[in-house]
Amino acid sequence: MIEIKNLTKTFVGADNEVEALKNVNLTIEDGSIYGIIGMSGAGKSTLVRCINMLERPTEGSVIIDGVDMGALKESELRAKRKEVTMIFQSFNLLMQRTCLKNICFPLELIGVKKAEAEKRAMELLETVGLPDKANAYPAQLSGGQQQRIAIARALATNPKVLLCDEATSALDPKTTHQILELIKDINKEFGITCIVITHQMSVVEEICDRVAILENGEVVEEGEVADIFSHPKSSAARHLVYPDGGVNPDILALREGEQRIRVVFNGAVATERPLIAQLAKDLGIEASILGASTKSIGERAYGNMILGIMGPRSEMLRAKEYLESVADVIVEEVDGDVE
Amino acid sequence: MLSKAFTAEAWNEAVSIIQSEFGLAIWETLYVTVLATAIAIVIGLPLGVLLVVGEKNGVLPLPKWFMTILGGIINILRSVPFLILMILVIPITRAIVGTSVGTMASVVPLVIAAFPFIARLVESSLREVNPNIIEMAQSTGASPFQIIWKVMIPESVPSLISNATIAITTILGYSAMSGIIGGGGLGKIAINYGYYRYKYLVMFIAVVLLVIIVEVFQRIGTKLATSSDKRLKNK
Repeated sequence: MIEIKNLTKTFVGADNEVEALKNVNLTIEDGSIYGIIGMSGAGKSTLVRCINMLERPTEGSVIIDGVDMGALKESELRAKRKEVTMIFQSFNLLMQRTCLKNICFPLELIGVKKAEAEKRAMELLETVGLPDKANAYPAQLSGGQQQRIAIARALATNPKVLLCDEATSALDPKTTHQILELIKDINKEFGITCIVITHQMSVVEEICDRVAILENGEVVEEGEVADIFSHPKSSAARHLVYPDGGVNPDILALREGEQRIRVVFNGAVATERPLIAQLAKDLGIEASILGASTKSIGERAYGNMILGIMGPRSEMLRAKEYLESVADVIVEEVDGDVE
Repeated sequence: MLSKAFTAEAWNEAVSIIQSEFGLAIWETLYVTVLATAIAIVIGLPLGVLLVVGEKNGVLPLPKWFMTILGGIINILRSVPFLILMILVIPITRAIVGTSVGTMASVVPLVIAAFPFIARLVESSLREVNPNIIEMAQSTGASPFQIIWKVMIPESVPSLISNATIAITTILGYSAMSGIIGGGGLGKIAINYGYYRYKYLVMFIAVVLLVIIVEVFQRIGTKLATSSDKRLKNK
């Protein structure tokens, strides 16, 4: 378990101070995939660097499996970093070493014999699906392949925790998906706790169990991903869930006898069926679309839509039930004043 | 005067000087240059590393007074013209070699002139290493010495080779100057025959040979730097 307690980090410049993190408290369960999301400058990179003490917190502590990271001596900390490894946005492979030698790097540092290290590295190349790239140099690989090598390197020392710092931000959507799948597999197969730093809600949605939303160095919302996705409370969360500003239900004045629902597409496969048309055909309910902000990633739809349904409340509930039967669609009632 | 330089008589004389003296001169030039460069690298490389890692935000921060003194010494030695330096270090040369004149004696001022230069070249090579890669090494649990040996130096090998090439060609030029204090080699021939005895043809041939040696060093260096760089694709 990782406990982050009252973590504060202040950067002192020549004539100003920047509070990058303000009193952050988080608990991350073993074996989970935990998302930390925020806009650029929210402090997420600083937060992840405080977990492995690349940045020393100004106040507060990070406790991993009962060990206070801040209290460790330099040499103890280096040993601990074998258990808390990291992957990066820019992959950070050693460009003058082959892929195999890159994966051997962490093993070399702790004095594992060459033959043994290379054997382990070959196994890991299998794990990440690049067994034929042992003798290739990083420059010969695509971004996605480089990140796979970086993941193999991060796994070499059998870590308990994997920190992913914007690990997919430099990759295209398809490759992002593949890398996220790999991280998911690793989490399942080896039970490694993964902390995923990102600015993309789609990444959180795809692999995380829980998420913390960081804004200006503070955790403004924390919880199960599904909850936050369907009921974002803070403005930062709404901004991330509905990047285009979301849908304001007050766009049109509530008509007499109109019921409103918000349909949240949580990665639903939306290309196969015209949902609103079918609602009309199957149930005879005519819904007007009052506002919509959706986008598709691959074949999946993300975003939300506000529907207005004329008639008694029971009609609205029928529509709600119907729409909810579709996988990855969440429906909630909207009062006029709830944004 | 120049018209006299290319007469048949001058050619015959030049040929006999070439036959009797150039073999040794070329050998002396090469061995003084290579020896001085090698010793200067042994001293300059670690100092260059210290200049980078010892900084406040480096991987092995060193006391500020130490960094100030180190930078100061390097800057002072770098700013003294080589001609003056050769004369200034005569006592040191005498203490080390036993004499202040001759080919071996010229190695001492060459090393003293070259190591601060090499330290600065090494510094610039190591600064090219992507800081994200150093952060990666730190996050992997590498100690400062492991970061230096396994990351910073290996990652900057192509740049170090290019800079070593610059160093060796510069030192070759200095070694020619050391003919003035009795250092051997093509420089001595150029000065003795050309400057003191107006035998311009001999001087000219000595200079051409120096140009050829520089060219050869440069080509080998460029080739090694390129072939060692694994960042270049399609090899």
